Amino acid sequence: MSPSGQGRKVSLAESIGAHLLLVVAVAFALYPLLWVVSLAFSGAVEPTPRVLPVPLEPTLEHLRGVAFSTLEVPGEPDRWLFGLQLANSIVISLATALVGVVIAVPTAYALARFDFVGKEGGVRALLATQMFPAVASAIPLYIILDGLGLLGTRSGLVLCYATTAVPFAIFQLRGAFETIPRDLEEAAMVDGATRFEAFRKVVLPAARPAIAVTALFAFMSAYNEFVLAHTMLGREEMYTVPVVLQRYISEFSADWPKFAAGSLIVSIPVMILFYIAQRHLIAGLTAGGVKG
Amino acid sequence: MVAVTARTIVKRFGATEVLRGVDVHVPDGGFAVLVGPSGCGKSTLLRLLAGLEEVTSGEIRFGERDVTRLAPRDRDIAMVFQSYALYPHLTVRDNLAFGLNLRKTDAATIAGRVAEVSAMLGLDHLLDRLPRALSGGQRQRVAMGRAIVRRPQLFLFDEPLSNLDAALRAQVRVEIRKLHDQLGATSVYVTHDQVEAMTLADQIFVLNRGVVEQVGPPREVYEHPRTRFVAGFLGSPAMNFLDGVRVEAGGLALPGGQTLAVRDPAPFGPAFQPGRPVSLGVRPHDFVVRADAPDLVVDVELVELLGPELQIHARLGGAPLTVCLDSQSGVARGDRLPLAVRALHLFDPATGLSLRA
Repeated sequence: MSPSGQGRKVSLAESIGAHLLLVVAVAFALYPLLWVVSLAFSGAVEPTPRVLPVPLEPTLEHLRGVAFSTLEVPGEPDRWLFGLQLANSIVISLATALVGVVIAVPTAYALARFDFVGKEGGVRALLATQMFPAVASAIPLYIILDGLGLLGTRSGLVLCYATTAVPFAIFQLRGAFETIPRDLEEAAMVDGATRFEAFRKVVLPAARPAIAVTALFAFMSAYNEFVLAHTMLGREEMYTVPVVLQRYISEFSADWPKFAAGSLIVSIPVMILFYIAQRHLIAGLTAGGVKG
Repeated sequence: MVAVTARTIVKRFGATEVLRGVDVHVPDGGFAVLVGPSGCGKSTLLRLLAGLEEVTSGEIRFGERDVTRLAPRDRDIAMVFQSYALYPHLTVRDNLAFGLNLRKTDAATIAGRVAEVSAMLGLDHLLDRLPRALSGGQRQRVAMGRAIVRRPQLFLFDEPLSNLDAALRAQVRVEIRKLHDQLGATSVYVTHDQVEAMTLADQIFVLNRGVVEQVGPPREVYEHPRTRFVAGFLGSPAMNFLDGVRVEAGGLALPGGQTLAVRDPAPFGPAFQPGRPVSLGVRPHDFVVRADAPDLVVDVELVELLGPELQIHARLGGAPLTVCLDSQSGVARGDRLPLAVRALHLFDPATGLSLRA
């Protein structure tokens, strides 16, 4: 057999090995998820241990139960509670992403491009804030929000989330801006742009994938956050979905099918978002701008 | 078009003095090449002309206009970067039109200029592509086009050919010079490549350690280098340097006990006295084989065939020497090669200055 034939044989074995490994990894990752799906559609009251996650007595009852929960206020028409809660989550997460990106973009750019007094100290301080778990700041944040009269409000929660989203976004974007060659801005400035125009017309478009990823990350962390939401939000109609889901599991009983159904529904917006963002996530947008 | 004058330019980055009082004058429509080894300050000087860096002291004028403190956008210049610096998110057409759009030029003019320039550079069929879909040579062309389309007063080139392969580099070099002759715009070109410097320039500025060592037309700088540095920097292979001492009889005592006759000592002035140590410079191409009455006899250590010529690595006494001869000259390793010297240069070993008055 020729050497190249032997080479192919080895790479085939490697390929099979790699695929086997991937199948195992995917199964490992998907199995719990399939159980969630199975539970959400199972009509049986108690989940029974079995190997295959196939729904028993399939039903849409749990999905309906979660999705069409209502808020009954005496003397007023019932309101669609779950709709309110899902909207809360989405609005709060979008706002967090927006605040995070709007503050982080100019900050990160300045850190990436300019030297100024206190730069390194400031960066270290920012880094330090990232070392504490969010829970550690729950009580101080609670006191601050209370003082500001923002306790139990969406904007208050956005403010809380921004305290972690902004530093993280700054670090993400600083790295991204540093990879964009200075030549591009200088070329724009020689071409007649002010520094701000160079930033807006050249740097920002080049950094778009990084900004999209950063926004998505901020959105996701806000959308999934539980502890602060649980601490800061009092009224049921202000809840975000992680708090709603948690309410199905209490000290004495656990409504697993509803929990599973809720989990499925709340993951839909995230999937849509990922689908939309995909276009921006394509790597290598800056490829080809400089050098060969 | 405009003349460029930079007077006593000093540029410091922190404690490092990159340019130490540089004077540059490029006449209207001239093509000046700034050449020197890396770290000599040539790129910094170009960036100062562009306004991308600020001078520490000194003055820059374009024509009568003092531009020393002007922003790049107000200098009416175009620059071709080593990296090309094409805007990655814009098509070739939009890259070309970028500067004109910023200056709010009307759409018809922009379309006309883009068409004109893309025809000139052969970019017509690439106008709707993004930079990442172009080859290195095509990107280089777009970068050139982006500069030309604006019709600036001054073109600045920062090593624009160093990312191209050798064949393309030679081709684009010729095109750049043709474009210059066609457009007549004043150009300042930075390179470390002495072939580019020699072939493109009207005036070469040789920079070393933040000062201009010599200015002049390429031939003058090549044939009459004012310092040992300039002599060694321009020319490929580099000039040979040998330590010698002037002897009573009028020749130079060289390593290994041989004496080189200096047939015409007059140009080296009264300082060229017996007993005076000198640094002798001979270009590898200034040797010829002479069996009868040779000036020098060298020991051949290695012979490289470079196609039309032989590059011979030899020794004189202990000192290494490079000699370029015709490929038909039949020199072989181990030969004792008798040579005559067609032209020689003498430098002061201490100051490096040429002894030629």
